[in-house]
Amino acid sequence: MQISMTVNGEDITREIEPRVLLVHFIRDVLRLTGTHWGCDTSNCGTCVVLMDGLPVKSCTVLAAMADGHAITTVEGLATGGTLDPVQQGFMEEHGLQCGFCTPGMMLTARALLDRNPHPDDGEIREAISGQMCRCTGYATIVRSVKWAAEHPAAQETTGEEVTA
Amino acid sequence: MTILEGHPANPAAGDADRPIGYGRLQRKEDPRFVRGKGNYVDDIVLPGMLHGAILRSPVAHARLVSIDTSKALAHPGVKAVITGQDLLGLKLAWAPTLSADVQAVLVTDKVRFQGQEVAFVVAEDRYSARDALELIEVDYDVLPAVVDARKALDPGAPVIRDEIEGRTDNHIFDWEAGDKAETDAVFASADVVVSQEMVYPRSHPAPMETCGAVADYEPIDGTLTLYETSQAPHAHRTLFAIVAGIPEHKIRIVSPDIGGGFGNKVGIYPGYILAVVGSIVTGKPVKWMEDRSENLMSTSFARDYIMQGEIAATKEGKILAVRTTVLADHGAFNATAQPTKYPAGFFHIFTGSYDLQAAHCKVTGVYTNKAPGGVAYACSFRVTEAVYLVERMVDILARKLEMDPAELRLKNLIKPEQFPYKNKTGWEYDSGDYATALRKSMEMAGYDELRREQKEKRARGELMGIGISFFTETVGAGPRKHMDIVGLGMNDGAELRVHPTGKAVVRISVQSQGQGHETTFAQIVAEEIGIPPEDIDVVHGDTDQTPFGLGTYGSRSTPVSGAAVALVARKVREKAKFIAAAMLETRPEDLEWEKGRWFVKGDPSVGKTMAEIAMGAHGTVALPEGIEGNLDAEVTYDPPNLTFPFGAYICVVDVDPGTGHVKVRRFIAVDDCGTRINPMIIEGQVHGGLTDGVGMALMQIIEFDAEGNNLGGSFMDYLIPTALEVPNWETGFTVTPSPHHPIGAKGIGESATVGSPPAIVNAVVDALAPFGIQHMDMPCTPARVWAAMQGRPRPPI
Amino acid sequence: MQIPAPFDYARATSVEDALALLDRHGPESRVVAGGHSLLPMMRLRLARPEWLIDINDLYELDFILREGDYLRVGAMTRHTTLLESAEIARLFPIITDAERVIADPIVRNRGTIGGSLCQADPAEDLSTCCVVLRAEAVVRGPGGERTLSMSEFHRGPYETAVAQNEILCEVRFPILPRSGSAYEKVERRVGDWAVVAAGAAVSLAEDGTIDDVSIGLTAAGIDHTIAEAEAVLHGKKPTEGLFIEAGRLAAAASDPIADQRGPVDYKRHLADELTRRVLRQACARALEARHTTTQEG
Repeated sequence: MQISMTVNGEDITREIEPRVLLVHFIRDVLRLTGTHWGCDTSNCGTCVVLMDGLPVKSCTVLAAMADGHAITTVEGLATGGTLDPVQQGFMEEHGLQCGFCTPGMMLTARALLDRNPHPDDGEIREAISGQMCRCTGYATIVRSVKWAAEHPAAQETTGEEVTA
Repeated sequence: MTILEGHPANPAAGDADRPIGYGRLQRKEDPRFVRGKGNYVDDIVLPGMLHGAILRSPVAHARLVSIDTSKALAHPGVKAVITGQDLLGLKLAWAPTLSADVQAVLVTDKVRFQGQEVAFVVAEDRYSARDALELIEVDYDVLPAVVDARKALDPGAPVIRDEIEGRTDNHIFDWEAGDKAETDAVFASADVVVSQEMVYPRSHPAPMETCGAVADYEPIDGTLTLYETSQAPHAHRTLFAIVAGIPEHKIRIVSPDIGGGFGNKVGIYPGYILAVVGSIVTGKPVKWMEDRSENLMSTSFARDYIMQGEIAATKEGKILAVRTTVLADHGAFNATAQPTKYPAGFFHIFTGSYDLQAAHCKVTGVYTNKAPGGVAYACSFRVTEAVYLVERMVDILARKLEMDPAELRLKNLIKPEQFPYKNKTGWEYDSGDYATALRKSMEMAGYDELRREQKEKRARGELMGIGISFFTETVGAGPRKHMDIVGLGMNDGAELRVHPTGKAVVRISVQSQGQGHETTFAQIVAEEIGIPPEDIDVVHGDTDQTPFGLGTYGSRSTPVSGAAVALVARKVREKAKFIAAAMLETRPEDLEWEKGRWFVKGDPSVGKTMAEIAMGAHGTVALPEGIEGNLDAEVTYDPPNLTFPFGAYICVVDVDPGTGHVKVRRFIAVDDCGTRINPMIIEGQVHGGLTDGVGMALMQIIEFDAEGNNLGGSFMDYLIPTALEVPNWETGFTVTPSPHHPIGAKGIGESATVGSPPAIVNAVVDALAPFGIQHMDMPCTPARVWAAMQGRPRPPI
Repeated sequence: MQIPAPFDYARATSVEDALALLDRHGPESRVVAGGHSLLPMMRLRLARPEWLIDINDLYELDFILREGDYLRVGAMTRHTTLLESAEIARLFPIITDAERVIADPIVRNRGTIGGSLCQADPAEDLSTCCVVLRAEAVVRGPGGERTLSMSEFHRGPYETAVAQNEILCEVRFPILPRSGSAYEKVERRVGDWAVVAAGAAVSLAEDGTIDDVSIGLTAAGIDHTIAEAEAVLHGKKPTEGLFIEAGRLAAAASDPIADQRGPVDYKRHLADELTRRVLRQACARALEARHTTTQEG
């Protein structure tokens, strides 16, 4: 079947088997490998992407179900050469170690901040409670999201001078 | 704080935000990860690549009667189906384990655990490979399973390893440490003896990325490139050479970005070997990635120790001796990853942090119909079990003596002047200031205030618990005279090259799974030769690009490889002195070092920076006799001893008396890992380990039913803590450098995983004190806590 | 990663269209809404429909509407919408309580009330809420629309009265005056299915006595309200002593099974403990609602 959607602002159309999971569509068909997968039971949340701005587990959405919708992956977080404050915050506050859960965590954080620009610790913890991290113990992720909240206009132009 | 990518050339000293050397520094690996540009094994796509999938046994113990692959082979997408019989022909049906046993790559005779590998399908895409698994028909003749390790040695128990000639039981080994007679004598005359049986249940490291490989065998020149989730690429290369018979110089192992390891990616699993076989058979690259159930059910588990502990003391609270007998469940194949001489790893550190008169342990390993392995799950080698045992026993003793557990510990901790301290099972603890760390943690916690609060709450019927643990780890394996893994000495190499413009590359033999080696090792070099970390590239994870070494596990990267890197940098610094002397037309002994440059003693304005020296080395400067025209060096480091990080942890829990639900309210962790290279990374490692501890203490367990069915085979049932189960960690530190380590660093990767479970369980048991409970087994789930409150503290296994 | 067996896919544009698609593709076609129950089962190949009829475009079923003495909730209403609805929180706090502990926030972005009810997992939280609130299910099929009580709707674990060629369209909740409700769940970890959970709803008479009460349990082997426990409360002023008696009767009526979440006696204990807790909370809320009502005149 043919599906069309917007991925990171770009309109794409592809021919797929109906059973293709959105995570496989993103990774294997579009070759956007920043979205990961880590379980079979919709528990781990490493596959989180934004669908029309809301975080969803892309292992539990068919690519066919995303037809006509807008998907944002980690590759779409930075605009131009400018990192999203969330990306900057994760670097500033050591919100990642192995980097595997990081894309999903950052996308959830982005969606949270879009709705609630000044979340408290509890709200951040609740927002990421459907996603597992084995490395960080979560506290630095919470700090990273807070950093992003406190620096809404943080910018990094790739490889150049930084303003923090 | 921000690190600039463009920076001034080689300044002589850094500032607090941009240390040239040790200090808080943003990680060099982060820019790619936050952009989704990491490169993990499943991200690798090679031209013509095929996909493999493994058919696994649904039963735990069964004769393989027949296997019919014809329908699977007829699937249009399928390129090959490999069975155990095929592997017998290739002499690959059995592979050596890391513990002098063998493990079936694919079943030929008998299934020995649920989830065991039965057949391997290679197909054009992963969907076809998965579909074809359903087309393979297997007939099993089910046998009774051995599930409870305590019954494994019963007369008449089914013999799991009946393929080994002459084997009539499930016994693997007996191992002892310490002096039994001396220990028994101390126990016989002690005022107070308490004992407790406790189970450290089977758990699984469960990194977010599962295990997998892409094998690319090139038939024309006979080279194998294997992209693998490996914590030890060099050791894997040697083992693949031995197992597959491919000459070692024709094998290249690449361990790219790894999504967490925690010990899970130390072993060589059948899936890796099958990907290689699949590539040889089809002539195409073959990718195999296990799914989460496969990960939890077949790759290395951890723990699974049934421990009988005893502790002897005077009535005043002087601890005299500890002894223990342990039953170790090793699953169906003895594949535990331990140094050869130590079948129970470093369990004999169970003497803990206390000055004892005697200690003895006996560990018996048995086969059961469960997955093989027995890795260090972020715990060095069985140190987690050891620390849990002694820290539970000390708490039980405190209860018996009616002493405060902190006071009892303070009374018995090894004193600073006793280091280096020889314990009763053969270790030499390198350095420590234990009481200072414990007092610091008590101060941070407001210990006395917490005890007052607890007293008030108890009076109101509320259940609040305060748990302490004090741990000593033994990490950084290890001295080659004592330690090897399958005959490979546990040493690590490092190579450092300073390019003509003063930028450097350091090549190391250990492999990051998230620890931040690209940053930490650059900082070590920076500290030694004064080049900014951003000018130092750290290369790791590719056997063609790096010197030989044993890899990252058991908190050994900084203690072993970190030492190698410091020493190789010192070699370069020393060489630079000779070149600088030639450039300055003076004698080397007239030069003095400050970070980043050699200058003339008494005349600091005359000197040469490392960049100038590097250009000189590669340029036209007339070099002194014996100095070659480069600024390179290499080192292989053989540690003289292990390192002994330690720490004091305090946990505060609240237990809902109506439901048994445990909430970790606060957790205070004071760690001492010796010299601190990057405090940000250290704190991160501690946080992660504490979360693991909450998982093990409260929820994580791989259980089996009576038939050997794995009840923890998905993240629905193998529960990993989320952000809502853990508090905002309160961390502190002391610094007691290791005297024998070149930079005094001890390693931090596993301290928190080791130290936190006993603190949490001690807190839960403390909360339940009004019920007269001395001990309860992990995980302290609501149901188990409630059962403990009803007088049933120890569920049947 | 696990992958579903092959199937065909069609996206419905309206309820009528969905019914037509179900009719056309026959018994092996299934409706998918949020997909968070069905797709994991398909990935593990425990479910293998030949056709999936995607009803995510049926925005006509995504609503929360007050109509007379009923609150109508469309079957495609997502968990997040229910959790964030002020009207739900005011009228039926039991649903808000439950939604806070259903799966996780990301799953709640996709999962729907209709999907949860039709999955009919014995450990599913909204089923208990609907039973306790005496909700009605509006089901549409080729023969038209029918309205079912929850006891008619539930046929047992994983089984409902919704036929293969029918669709659950909405759930109707009767609004009672001076009422309050509550839900509490014990779970091994956030996001896990219930070890046991309890829900209760009460409405008070003008004089503060209990006019109506219902009590339900999740994951306790009972999918109807517990009349014997309710009976001790009817017509009486709420007291701790009555809650204790009701808890005891609820535990006696429960019929849990032992599993990894806990043994039978623990689950019975939870049925007792949680029944007391939710009754206490529901009554407190009803009293508050009574005061509010009084003030509003």
